[in-house]
Amino acid sequence: MTTATQIDWQAIRADFPILEEQVNGKPLVYFDNAATSQKPKQVIDALVAYYSRYNSNVHRGVHSLSQQATAAFEATRRKVQLLLNAREEAEIIYTSGTTGAINLVASSWGSLHVKAGDEILITGLEHHANIVPWQMLCERTGAKLVVAPILDNGEVSLDAFAQLLSPRTKMAAFSWISNALGTVNPVLQMIELAQATGAFTLVDAAQAAPHSTIDVQALDCDFLCFSAHKMLGPTGIGILYGKREVLETLPPYQGGGDMIKEVTFEKTTYNELPLRLEAGTPNIADVIAFGTAIDYLQAIGLDNIEARENELLAYATAKISEIPGIRIIGTAADKRCVLSFLLGNAHPYDVGVLLDQMGIAIRTGFHCAQPVMDRYQIPGSCRASFAFYNTFEEIDRFITALQKAQKMLS
Amino acid sequence: MANMNEIQDKLIEDFGFMDDWEDKYGYLIDLAKSLQSLTPAQKVTENVIKGCQSTVWLHAEMEGDRVRYHADSDAFISKGIIALLVRVFDGQTPENILHGNFYVVDRIGLATHLSPNRANGLGHMLKQMRTYALAFQSKTENN
Repeated sequence: MTTATQIDWQAIRADFPILEEQVNGKPLVYFDNAATSQKPKQVIDALVAYYSRYNSNVHRGVHSLSQQATAAFEATRRKVQLLLNAREEAEIIYTSGTTGAINLVASSWGSLHVKAGDEILITGLEHHANIVPWQMLCERTGAKLVVAPILDNGEVSLDAFAQLLSPRTKMAAFSWISNALGTVNPVLQMIELAQATGAFTLVDAAQAAPHSTIDVQALDCDFLCFSAHKMLGPTGIGILYGKREVLETLPPYQGGGDMIKEVTFEKTTYNELPLRLEAGTPNIADVIAFGTAIDYLQAIGLDNIEARENELLAYATAKISEIPGIRIIGTAADKRCVLSFLLGNAHPYDVGVLLDQMGIAIRTGFHCAQPVMDRYQIPGSCRASFAFYNTFEEIDRFITALQKAQKMLS
Repeated sequence: MANMNEIQDKLIEDFGFMDDWEDKYGYLIDLAKSLQSLTPAQKVTENVIKGCQSTVWLHAEMEGDRVRYHADSDAFISKGIIALLVRVFDGQTPENILHGNFYVVDRIGLATHLSPNRANGLGHMLKQMRTYALAFQSKTENN
């Protein structure tokens, strides 16, 4: 097996055409990977190949193209199953993304299990996608949304999380890695705690799947979801993993083609898993290209990716700490890929605009996690988020740019 | 009060002396610094312009037949942008504000950065300024 230090990261970087782009006359430094990752040419080529050579609808045609499309479409399901170490392909449901997956669970599972007086437990670190669907479920049913608070360093208080669990808790839904702060939650412990009180569990792995090995059997969560576009794949496709015994009980989320067995005007019978939860013509091209993205990640090795990205984050954290007045938001002991910060009293928007002028793409604002920013009483933050194809030289340019921005804004 | 076109032409001339983005943004930041801040009493929710990534406040009142604008922001660049707009529109009649030619942004070399559809909120700021002008105009006509 190759190790992170033996990998030719420059050669890997050359697979990403966009990284050759100039922005505002400067070479692009792309540090907004937590929002969406860039795509290697292999993934882009897979999209072109599908539309140029075998575009066809899946699951119904007897003709060759349809069979070829179906085979490629279902091959990705197998790849995701292996990626997650799920027991079977039927436990892998295609959705439009993490948001789509959580909405499916909140709607379908929620209609079956949640009533007035019940509770849904989330944490103070969640992305809006893991807040709003549960709020909507609570509004529909009269259940209560309970939030486990975070500590000053950006870690979830495990004590509070444990105390807030009760027999009323029907679902504990939490992120594995925070998109706003980079905090890695102790998901294994959280799942065990939730199971002890009989709650279902959902892990939002949107920020974890691109960077970590996931074993859903070891985790033993009921649901886990993530988006392809944050892990080199196209937008518009995500994964909902669910245990078969749980998925089988779910009423269909949407009705239409593909999810049915027989339709008459009197009565419709539903298809088997996973198609029962995938109504309509799916996002075929993007599913197929996502399969290519998984191949690409696995060829490098997620362990190597994790090691590389940890080095980048450690280097960036050390360098940025040398800038006078810098305030890092989120200093959890276990962090991945995300560096959230304030540059003295400068407004994050100003910093983002000036860095953009220097060709550097960072995210500014609430990062779709407004409660996290409210917790720190700040008007948003600047967020640099890294991927394995970033370089130490890019971090140096970023630091120089920050110093220049600081000077201009003082 | 100079007319709107003269003010815009002067701004275009000022920006014309600057070659690079640093000078232009530096000038925008200077405009922000020279714009008088709002009092806490004026920084109320009703004066907040929605749709900007930073908080921008805009207050307007009539002085004779002219609209006076007062604005502020918690970010320098947003404040610089609204200071530019205040420079052009402050002290003009509602009629001029609503129907005058507004071209400065396209001609100071910041158009790609300050196009109204970006997160900077320029479009929202412009709209809010014109909304005030329209409100004052219809108030005058109704009197």
